[in-house]
Amino acid sequence: MSILTWTYIMVGATFSLYIFIAWISRVRDTKGFYVAGGGVPPLANGMATAADWMSAASFISMAGLISFLGYTGSIYLMGWTGGYVLLALLLAPYLRKFGKYTVPDFVGDRYYSDIARVVALICAIFVSLTYVCGQMRGVGIVFSRFLEVPVNTGVLIGMAIVFFYAGLGGMKGITWTQVAQYTVLIIAYIIPAVFISMKITGTPIPQIGFGSHIQQGQYAGQFLLDTLDKLNHDLGFTAYTQPGAKSMLDVFCITFALMVGTAGLPHVIIRFYTVPSVRAARLSAGYALLFIAILYTTAPAVAAFARYNMIDTINNKPYAEAPSWFKNWEKTGLIAWVDKNNDGIIQYRAGKAFKGKPKFSGKTGPLGQKLVTNPLTKSPNELYVDRDIMVLANPEIANLPAWVIALVAAGGLAAALSTASGLLLVIASSIAHDLYYRMINRKATEKQRLLVGRIMIGLAVCIAGYFGINPPGFVAQVVAFAFGLAASSFFPIIVLGIFSARTNREGAICGMLAGIIFTAAYIINIKFLGGKPWFLGISAEGIGTVGMVLNFIVTILVSSFTKAPPKEIQELVQSIRTPRGAGAAVDH
Amino acid sequence: MEKNLKEYWSKNVTFMSVLLVIWAVVSYGCGILFVDSLNAIRVGGFPLGFWFAQQGAIYVFVCLIFIYYIYMQKLDREYDVHE
Repeated sequence: MSILTWTYIMVGATFSLYIFIAWISRVRDTKGFYVAGGGVPPLANGMATAADWMSAASFISMAGLISFLGYTGSIYLMGWTGGYVLLALLLAPYLRKFGKYTVPDFVGDRYYSDIARVVALICAIFVSLTYVCGQMRGVGIVFSRFLEVPVNTGVLIGMAIVFFYAGLGGMKGITWTQVAQYTVLIIAYIIPAVFISMKITGTPIPQIGFGSHIQQGQYAGQFLLDTLDKLNHDLGFTAYTQPGAKSMLDVFCITFALMVGTAGLPHVIIRFYTVPSVRAARLSAGYALLFIAILYTTAPAVAAFARYNMIDTINNKPYAEAPSWFKNWEKTGLIAWVDKNNDGIIQYRAGKAFKGKPKFSGKTGPLGQKLVTNPLTKSPNELYVDRDIMVLANPEIANLPAWVIALVAAGGLAAALSTASGLLLVIASSIAHDLYYRMINRKATEKQRLLVGRIMIGLAVCIAGYFGINPPGFVAQVVAFAFGLAASSFFPIIVLGIFSARTNREGAICGMLAGIIFTAAYIINIKFLGGKPWFLGISAEGIGTVGMVLNFIVTILVSSFTKAPPKEIQELVQSIRTPRGAGAAVDH
Repeated sequence: MEKNLKEYWSKNVTFMSVLLVIWAVVSYGCGILFVDSLNAIRVGGFPLGFWFAQQGAIYVFVCLIFIYYIYMQKLDREYDVHE
């Protein structure tokens, strides 16, 4: 059977499964809609959290990024896992004991202030919207490459599926589909990795394989990482296993901002409201990270294999003999080759082949290559490879069977859809619960609230779909925003809200505003106004760390100069510190 | 009762701090600050600093959460605040 047939079967089967699960877990009350009734077992919540967290970026882009960054790619590996330790130790158990529906709920109640609630609400919506646009785009890319439909049709199909199961089942539907999606995505990630590891190193465990010897070819008998160090060096890149691409301070700050940002992301935090007890919250954080770690420790192996395979199969090879995967991806515009020295051979070197993303002229060169109109650079490099294709192209590069390639497509879709649905629920609950019910209409009936929640999911799906079809040029830039804002707004005031009973309303509002304004101004200056990273050379991705520190300092200082919080708030803080009496999440 | 809860909380905070120190040492220490000196040591095909940054730190993170879970289970029962 062809790859296309296999892909239709895999995608069709997984989508039917999601719809079936959504139908049997449809809900009729707000508690089911927002926190899945509060009865999700820790193991299932761990899987759902892992699927919720691992997005199209983790599944599709991360290994590709590491492949090009080498050691420096560790910022994503450590940054996107280390946050779970903070979450498990500092936040999850206490937020579960507090027992409301959303993050703005906690901020608004703990700091007895609707201003704090609104600030938190705006941050939650902004962070989630930024994130969800990228997911819809990921869905579109997978559809266009593997099912050969236009990107836009792919986005529309994705929108319909997500709306169906998120709208029908709310958090309950999302949770159980995420459990299925985790299973699909992890199988789809592991199987090709095992195949490739066997092929290159003869070891079936990728985590061990990328520290082993290469089996065949001109580098046989050498350690894979040594070979990569040498190849990188010969082609003019930084050695694969050595730091050097970014300053140590910057690596430090980016890793920290990603960790703290992860712990502050609303769609991750609300998953811990769905478990039955504080004990279950602690345990499910452990399961979540365990399930995430299975993918995150495989990714660097996949990255190393992909780098080796790519250099080995195409560098210094004639274009006419380029493998079919190369031409398939060239068709999608994610690979481009310019024959600078007219020798018909693909030279891959350090530096960019031309400025910006390829703009194709529509004409083809003498060897059939698609020509670009971009101004060329002086670098001897002739090849443009979009980092996002490494995971998707890897099975083809390694000549794996058609069903494995189809499985990867289904896995990419599972990763994108599971994250998108979690984010859409945050957006819907922020508006329908925090804004509509808590601030506009306290007398709304269950039925009205559920209806508003469903309408909001529909609205959010449409907005996300719109941006998926018409991606604003700034999608890549705004990811720094999502983490920077989560780190500099939520994390400090939630931690202080739990660990310091003295922190008050005035402190929290000033702290959040200071953190957000500083971080946003710094990122806007670099990403949109072309400014320099003026603060110790820290890049936009890492500045959330400084914003977070600023938030902590301002919150503590202002709190110490102003009136202590009222007695009932101090009692509330005492009560969330002990597990007993957590019961179910409540909404008043 | 009041005093007991204070003791429970301070034990929790102390244990948590120890785990967070380990968390920082494996990631920011072994994976970033001392990566160059650790890279001089090799374990199989891995330079050790690189291994910590791309593998080791993540394994330790997972263990830390489960250790905290087990410790808190015990502590909750000891101070009779379990669910």
